Amino acid sequence: MDTNLKQKLMSYMAGNFSCREIAQLVTDYLEGSLSLCDRIRFQIHLGLCFACRNYLRQMKYTIATLGQLPPDPVPPHVKEELLKRFRTWKQSHPPSSVKSEAD
Amino acid sequence: MDWYSGSLLRLAMSYVPSRAVAEEVVQETWMGVFEGIHRFESRSSFKTWLFRILTNRAKTRGIRESRYEPSGLSASSMDADEGPSLEDSLFVAEGSGMGHWKDPPHAWEPDTPERVLLSKECRAAIEHAIDRLPATQRQVMTLRDIEGVSSEEVCNILEISETNQRVLLHRARTKVRRELAPYVQGEKT
Repeated sequence: MDTNLKQKLMSYMAGNFSCREIAQLVTDYLEGSLSLCDRIRFQIHLGLCFACRNYLRQMKYTIATLGQLPPDPVPPHVKEELLKRFRTWKQSHPPSSVKSEAD
Repeated sequence: MDWYSGSLLRLAMSYVPSRAVAEEVVQETWMGVFEGIHRFESRSSFKTWLFRILTNRAKTRGIRESRYEPSGLSASSMDADEGPSLEDSLFVAEGSGMGHWKDPPHAWEPDTPERVLLSKECRAAIEHAIDRLPATQRQVMTLRDIEGVSSEEVCNILEISETNQRVLLHRARTKVRRELAPYVQGEKT
């Protein structure tokens, strides 16, 4: 029943997005790359469609989760090798060498 | 150093054939940073500069390793093997409900991402999903969503257009969302 009403409401509004289109455009929406007109159409759909609102939230949730991924620890042998190379690099580039160019 | 190395490694691995080579690329990148730090201009962020060095080195290395086809890496190939829309399976394909959700999305648990990531299983699933992405999608997602680099800078680092960047990001996010779903699905009934 609820779905029927929703479909009716949607069809009254010419050019409204379908749920499928909303899912396809969700990144464009979040990136702010939709035209003003499409942005409004997108938001009208969201206002009427609980499922698509949930989908948008899930997407945001996914993005937030990715942003919170703990960094992989650097494998010890990589770190060791790096520090070793950094030390030898430092020996061949003493900090004073930059200044001495002025002499 | 620990801050970036995970992402550096992930990014490097999308260009070269093995983890061992990728580790070398990361090492070379840090050496490049030490050697070139005086050339670093603060016009771009340090992060952008760092990732730029990495991608340049990884690309060169990837080309040198003959097993890898450089053309397969260009963003213009756009993972052509993928269908036009990843979302198709989520929607009714025909009839009166066409274009509507087959299984309307539910609210995910009102838990925070931090809490979700405490689950080892869930973290592994996300990382596995990222690892399985085509190289270009993985590159964009690593920089944008994991490292929080701006879209403009990502285009700059990867030398792709805004539109390409958005398409790749969309595909990557859609897939990772799908993998994350089973771990955060709230009460489904």
